Amino acid sequence: MSQFAIPSGWEVVIGLEIHAQLATRSKIFSGASTAFGAEPNAQACAVDLGLPGVLPVLNEGAVRMASLFGLAIDAEISHVSSFDRKNYFYPDLPKGYQTTQLARPIVVGGHVTITTGEGKKAREHTIRVTRAHLEEDAGKSLHEDFHGMTGIDLNRAGTPLIEIVSEPDMRSPEQAVAYARKIHSIVQYLGICDGNMQEGSFRVDANVSMRPEGDEAFGTRTEIKNVNSFRFLQRAIEFEIERQVDLLETGGEVVQATRLYDPDRDETRLMRTKEEADDYRYFPCPDLLPVELDEATIESWRAELPELPDAKADRYQSEYGLSSYDAGVLTASRATAEYFEAVIARDGADAKLAANWVMGEVAALLNRLELEIGECPVQAEKLADLLERVSDGTLSNKLGREVFEALAEEGGSVDAIIEARGLKQISDTGAIEAMVDEVIAANPGQVEAYRGGKDKLFGFFVGQVMKAAKGKANPKAVNEVLKRRLDGE
Amino acid sequence: MSTSDSPQGGDAALINASITQLKGWLSAGELSAADLAGAFTQRIDTIDSELNSLISLVAPAEPGGDGALAGIPYVHKDIFCARGTRTTCGSRMLADWVAPYDATVHQRLTESGAVLLGKANMDEFAMGSSNENSHFGAVANPWDTSAVPGGSSGGSAAAVAARLAPFATGTDTGGSIRQPAAFCGVTGIKPTYGRVSRYGMIAYASSFDQGGVIAKSAEDCALVLGEMAGFDARDSTSSDEAVPDYVAALDGSIAGLRVGIPRQWFSDALDPAVGDAVTAAIDELRAAGAEAVEIDLPDADIALAAYYLLAPAEASSNLSRFDGVRFGYRCEDPMDLQDLYERTRSEGFGSEVKRRILVGTYALSAGYYDAFYRRAQKARRLVTEHFQRAFEQCDVIAGPVTPTPAFDRGAHSDDPAKMYLEDIFTIPVNLAGLPGMSVPAGFVAGRPVGLQLIGRHFNEARLLNVAHQYQQCVDWHQRMPSIAAASAHDNREG
Repeated sequence: MSQFAIPSGWEVVIGLEIHAQLATRSKIFSGASTAFGAEPNAQACAVDLGLPGVLPVLNEGAVRMASLFGLAIDAEISHVSSFDRKNYFYPDLPKGYQTTQLARPIVVGGHVTITTGEGKKAREHTIRVTRAHLEEDAGKSLHEDFHGMTGIDLNRAGTPLIEIVSEPDMRSPEQAVAYARKIHSIVQYLGICDGNMQEGSFRVDANVSMRPEGDEAFGTRTEIKNVNSFRFLQRAIEFEIERQVDLLETGGEVVQATRLYDPDRDETRLMRTKEEADDYRYFPCPDLLPVELDEATIESWRAELPELPDAKADRYQSEYGLSSYDAGVLTASRATAEYFEAVIARDGADAKLAANWVMGEVAALLNRLELEIGECPVQAEKLADLLERVSDGTLSNKLGREVFEALAEEGGSVDAIIEARGLKQISDTGAIEAMVDEVIAANPGQVEAYRGGKDKLFGFFVGQVMKAAKGKANPKAVNEVLKRRLDGE
Repeated sequence: MSTSDSPQGGDAALINASITQLKGWLSAGELSAADLAGAFTQRIDTIDSELNSLISLVAPAEPGGDGALAGIPYVHKDIFCARGTRTTCGSRMLADWVAPYDATVHQRLTESGAVLLGKANMDEFAMGSSNENSHFGAVANPWDTSAVPGGSSGGSAAAVAARLAPFATGTDTGGSIRQPAAFCGVTGIKPTYGRVSRYGMIAYASSFDQGGVIAKSAEDCALVLGEMAGFDARDSTSSDEAVPDYVAALDGSIAGLRVGIPRQWFSDALDPAVGDAVTAAIDELRAAGAEAVEIDLPDADIALAAYYLLAPAEASSNLSRFDGVRFGYRCEDPMDLQDLYERTRSEGFGSEVKRRILVGTYALSAGYYDAFYRRAQKARRLVTEHFQRAFEQCDVIAGPVTPTPAFDRGAHSDDPAKMYLEDIFTIPVNLAGLPGMSVPAGFVAGRPVGLQLIGRHFNEARLLNVAHQYQQCVDWHQRMPSIAAASAHDNREG
């Protein structure tokens, strides 16, 4: 972790604008597919290309998804929202305008709760959402692949987005990251966005300004774009804080501008100042009717809401006795929570044991292989099988880890691996007693010393027995028998 | 087709026949769709060099259906996309653009069996009232080639007047069907906004644009409109209001019909001779049992001002897509992106289009939006309210289409504001989204004059009925310009 600290005497004010691509199958105003990764321009129809004469037709699925988001953050869903045109020229903007919602957004208000810090340092903050509106994405300009030319790929043009605008309620990079993660988590829980930041499905712009601690008035802000991971978000804001404070402390001033974050150089660079910004000449889009939603429709969507991360974390604590921190980790992503819930779906499953394994072995494995939990080579059902064998004493935790590694590398069934590798834990008291007796007989000096008060030698005996058992003896049984034999007789 | 094959009366009878008559001959086997298409194509070859009413010719295909228009030839205003045909919108920007898809209007006409013969000339991007703003040259008025045919659907009106096709499609944003229909002595209907799908009709000002028909008579208009109209899932602004049987409604009596006469429209601004012709037409309606009531439609000047802010504002956005990146005209050897945009658009657009883009861009700019765009929207609502009030007193409104008959070519070339005044009686109808018609109502100095009929929303059937009843009493719509008669064997006086 970085050693960043906000320079003393200063307070940072952060607001985020998040663009989340909605997981509709077709585009917001056309029937073309939204799937990622097709050949350039293979998924751009006449409407997406902005051919003369074409007209937009609103995808109702996008309206539903945007509304679900609003309901999830306790926002007001507008009974009437409408679309406006934002006019500017750019080669990957086919119509010369973006269809968006300026005057009447579909989602108004709302808030989310975030937690920063762990344990005793944990603090909750409420971050208000100003609005969320529907709009269409632009295409992509590819500057690198064509010598002296720019390639235009319009596959993404017309992909539905919600732009989620927060109030300037965040006061540290950690809070900004926690807020972005919370929104990321919510849209994934709702199934309205795949959350893939690498593919641009979830993009974060940060508005950052500084003010002397205690001041009410906001300082001049800059907007940082091109942040495509939570780590970069943290770094970009940290860099911007330092840059702005350096300016302000040396008598300079912050210029309102849009800046690009460059992860390779770990810095933000000027993109354009406010003076250079386009006049977007917004006006109501005459091709689309206002979106009218009645109360019954909104309520039917409210009934569709799944259990959201905060509610789920509360339930994990009350139902499974997990700590607040563990519940937070397990519920942070919908995929992790689904994995965890699949592991404990079995009768008699030990939720705490499962939580430890998911946050420990599973997380470590995924980290090592750089995989998402949805791609975990050990499926939840396999882990449930494994934990069943740990719970019933067939496997020690240590042997369990060995089976886990085998599952990860070769697959197969848990019992077959135990059988094939002879990993079955020896819990049979008779067998353990025999091994203990052999160890005692073979080490009379140590027995004497132990009985003479050298308690620490107990570990030596355990080690000897385990060695004789090739590590497969049930440690609990070994302890019991050793104690009885050494202390009692 | 040789005259010996033609139905009784020869070529003249054929070209003056109603669509219903043509269909009768077609279904009786007296002539084939190919014969009919051939006859009109031949007329185009002979006559159109003098008029320039068509931009492109299309080789006639077999009828694509056996509906109400099976085998009936027609021309499209070159604003409608038809797959595989060049669709220019009268602009250099699209001079070589071949539409890769069909407009809904085209699809419906094709399914109904209509046979496309060509794409009609028009003011560039439908901006103009004289058809002098076309990249493909001006169009002559068939009644007097020194006069303009009106615009922007000037090619469509001229083609129908010269009997180059039984009907033509048109679009009307501020009068672009009614004014050229009036100038060329043909019948035109601009339906209620939302009645005909705009999908595939290249946008000028989306909240005003409406497709319609230009034909020889109200009866023909009724037949064609019935095929074009109706809800289209691809146009969010199209209406799902049921389409009535317009033809069946033609014969209804107009006895007791209250015809509103807007007193403000019969002012000094109106050429007295035009006023006389319109008054005479209204007298015919009264003779047929209608009752004339004076109504108030104030603020035509405000309507004009509002239109010339709102329409350019929408146009400035609609025409942004013509940037030289994906289709259409692109300047030679652009130095960079800015150069590509600037030269493509300054070379690709004509001066009137550029004027309106600039006006519209200005009207939408930060700091001017409230003063211009928002106030114009208020004026639009005001005009709509005035119509609503007027329709409390009457069933249809009747008045002039234009202040004057067709003016000379070049007369207004240097004065766009004067040209805009041509639209003073047509524009309020577009602001309110109402249906309007232009019906031939006589001549002034050899140039046609139109009667405008305006109806309530979705009351096209009533308008067509009134126009048809009027056309049962007069023969203005049957007159044919001499240029059309010249090649007809049965040479009738125009």
